[in-house]
Amino acid sequence: MDIANYLYLSAFLFTVGAIGVVVRRNAIVVFMCVELMLNACNLAFVTFSRLHGNLDGQVASFFTMVVAACEVVVGLAIIVTIYRSRRSASVDDDSLLKR
Amino acid sequence: MTTSTHLVYLIALPLFSSLLLMLLGRLADKWGHLLATLVSATAFGIAATEFFAMQGRTGEARAATQKIFEWINVGSFKVDASLLLDQLSICFVLLITGVGTLIHIYSIAYMSHDENRRRFFSYLNLFIAAMLLLVLGDSYLNLYVGWEGVGLASYLLIGFWNQKPAYATAAKKAFVANRVGDVGLSLAIMIAFAQFGTVSFAGVKQAAHTASPAALTAIGAMLLLAAAGKSAQFPLQSWLGDAMAGPTPVSALIHAATMVTAGVYLVTRSNFIFDASKTAQLLVVIVGVITLLFGALIGTAKDDIKKALAASTMSQIGYMVLATGLGPIGYAFAIMHLLTHGFFKAGMFLGAGSVMHGMDDEVNMRRYGGISKVMPITAVTFGLGYLAIIGVPPFAGFYSKDKIIETAFNAGGVKGILLGGATLLGAAITAFYMTRVITMTFLGARRWDEKAHPHESPILMWAPMAILAIGSVASGFLLSSGSALVNWLQPVVNPANHTHAEEFLNPLVVSGLALAAVVVGVSIAVMKYRTVAVVAPADVSIFTRAARKDLYQDSFNEAVFMRPGQSLTSGLVSADEKIIDGAVRGVGASLVGGSGGFRKIQNGYVRTYALVMVVGVLALLTTIWMVTL
Repeated sequence: MDIANYLYLSAFLFTVGAIGVVVRRNAIVVFMCVELMLNACNLAFVTFSRLHGNLDGQVASFFTMVVAACEVVVGLAIIVTIYRSRRSASVDDDSLLKR
Repeated sequence: MTTSTHLVYLIALPLFSSLLLMLLGRLADKWGHLLATLVSATAFGIAATEFFAMQGRTGEARAATQKIFEWINVGSFKVDASLLLDQLSICFVLLITGVGTLIHIYSIAYMSHDENRRRFFSYLNLFIAAMLLLVLGDSYLNLYVGWEGVGLASYLLIGFWNQKPAYATAAKKAFVANRVGDVGLSLAIMIAFAQFGTVSFAGVKQAAHTASPAALTAIGAMLLLAAAGKSAQFPLQSWLGDAMAGPTPVSALIHAATMVTAGVYLVTRSNFIFDASKTAQLLVVIVGVITLLFGALIGTAKDDIKKALAASTMSQIGYMVLATGLGPIGYAFAIMHLLTHGFFKAGMFLGAGSVMHGMDDEVNMRRYGGISKVMPITAVTFGLGYLAIIGVPPFAGFYSKDKIIETAFNAGGVKGILLGGATLLGAAITAFYMTRVITMTFLGARRWDEKAHPHESPILMWAPMAILAIGSVASGFLLSSGSALVNWLQPVVNPANHTHAEEFLNPLVVSGLALAAVVVGVSIAVMKYRTVAVVAPADVSIFTRAARKDLYQDSFNEAVFMRPGQSLTSGLVSADEKIIDGAVRGVGASLVGGSGGFRKIQNGYVRTYALVMVVGVLALLTTIWMVTL
């Protein structure tokens, strides 16, 4: 199979994630879309690793996973806390800093 | 030069007493005037001792100096706060402390009903200290300190009754006019420093011949401006008439006998500058002549006795300034007239004060008349001063004024005839207005109110008047017999010992002319003022009207300086508001408006920020792609 297909898939997933971040209001969904973008990047990394025949891309994808895991912990904690205090998970409601 | 250790007490004592009376406030009300008078008398005692000690020394050793402390020491520029008592200063020191003490004594009675008498005496002592510093300083910078000090004391004393707005304004007017002169003095000091690198009298005298004529003329002109400000000379003369707002003893001491003669002192002290610059000397002569006629003309129309005397002071100082402009010979005569004038004019001011004291502070001479019957002592002392000022022999003014007229004639050529003629005319007008004053005040029918009860003043007031009257009688003869004062001052003011090469007219002829002028002036006044209307007549000639308005000096100043100054400042204010403030506010407003526009971009929605990031990244990538293609 042509290795470029992996890159197409990666670009497609990234686009889906980016559009999701921009158009969705639910914080959880936005969060999931961010994860989708990160994983699309991971796919691209691994693909390039295969393409170049070395392990640099795979190492980078491990880093991304670790960061994503940390981000999930912090991000979910924030979302839960905001939901508890404001009874809402909409990102549009969290615009206090604007004022 | 002899070094002395107690010159400083002359200044320190009155200064200390003045500060003490100011600091103690009401606590010193009971004895403040006594302390001030005692201090002034002590200063006179020190001065007299110094004078006799000085007579015991000869030649160079006559002058005494005292270094008080090192004042400025910057590189090559050194100024010590040191005092110099030479033949010229001692004349002033004796006059200041002597007349000053008499006027302190007089003021004890004159101000006895004033609840602020202590403050008054504190200011008087401040004046004595500053004036002594002025005449004792051994450099222009030291003189300048005293110069400003007497300006301050004069301001405080003119505005002593500052609860009356007109008096406070008069004080301000005097201060402002003096400031104009002070600018001249400071410029003169700066030019002298730039030219010679020193500001001491001795240093400048030594270096004077090395300077360019232009620089000398500039220094001379600036010194003359300073003298004009302090001595109420043309064109800065307008403040003196209003300065009569101060209590009468102040008018006698500061605005007749001492402070207003500081300009004459300055010119005389700077004789080395003026002798080296003919242009500056000519300016001095012109200012002197203009002022002596100007003041005399104003004096002819004033109904306020103090303003008439003030105009006379202006005119007499014009005589002195004229004499100082006549070269090395003139200085001694200027100082002689200054000393005799100090006696008779102070005496007459005190006489005027005595009349006012008895007449409930009435100053309008048209409301006087026949006062000699109720105030005989005042009338006699005033009369002696009168005879002295118009120059009747053997009274003091005859000797001193006659010498000035003579020197003016001897100036040579057309200049001499013009100057001599002007001084003779001045003498005639002086005789006219002084006769007018004495006729309206002491002679003729009574024109005072029913309510007024004029009475002779207490001994504390008439005793100083009597002493000054004796001075008016005798001082001229004493100072001129055997050319006593001329010889005494010669080492300071005329070191080359110049004498007149030729006499234009025989001195006896000059005296005859002067006496004739006096007779003319007196007889016109006697005929004109046989009867005096209580209300000043309105249908008078244009000259009288001009003289009543002080020859339009105030209107002139208002039109030429005040109005343009006001429009300049209001123009500057609006320029400040519109241009400078406008620029500052404009920058602020445009930033506020601009940031308000930018603020709208920050809408607070996370997705918008994310979209901006995405669009930005896409734009970046597109650019890179386009470039690398």
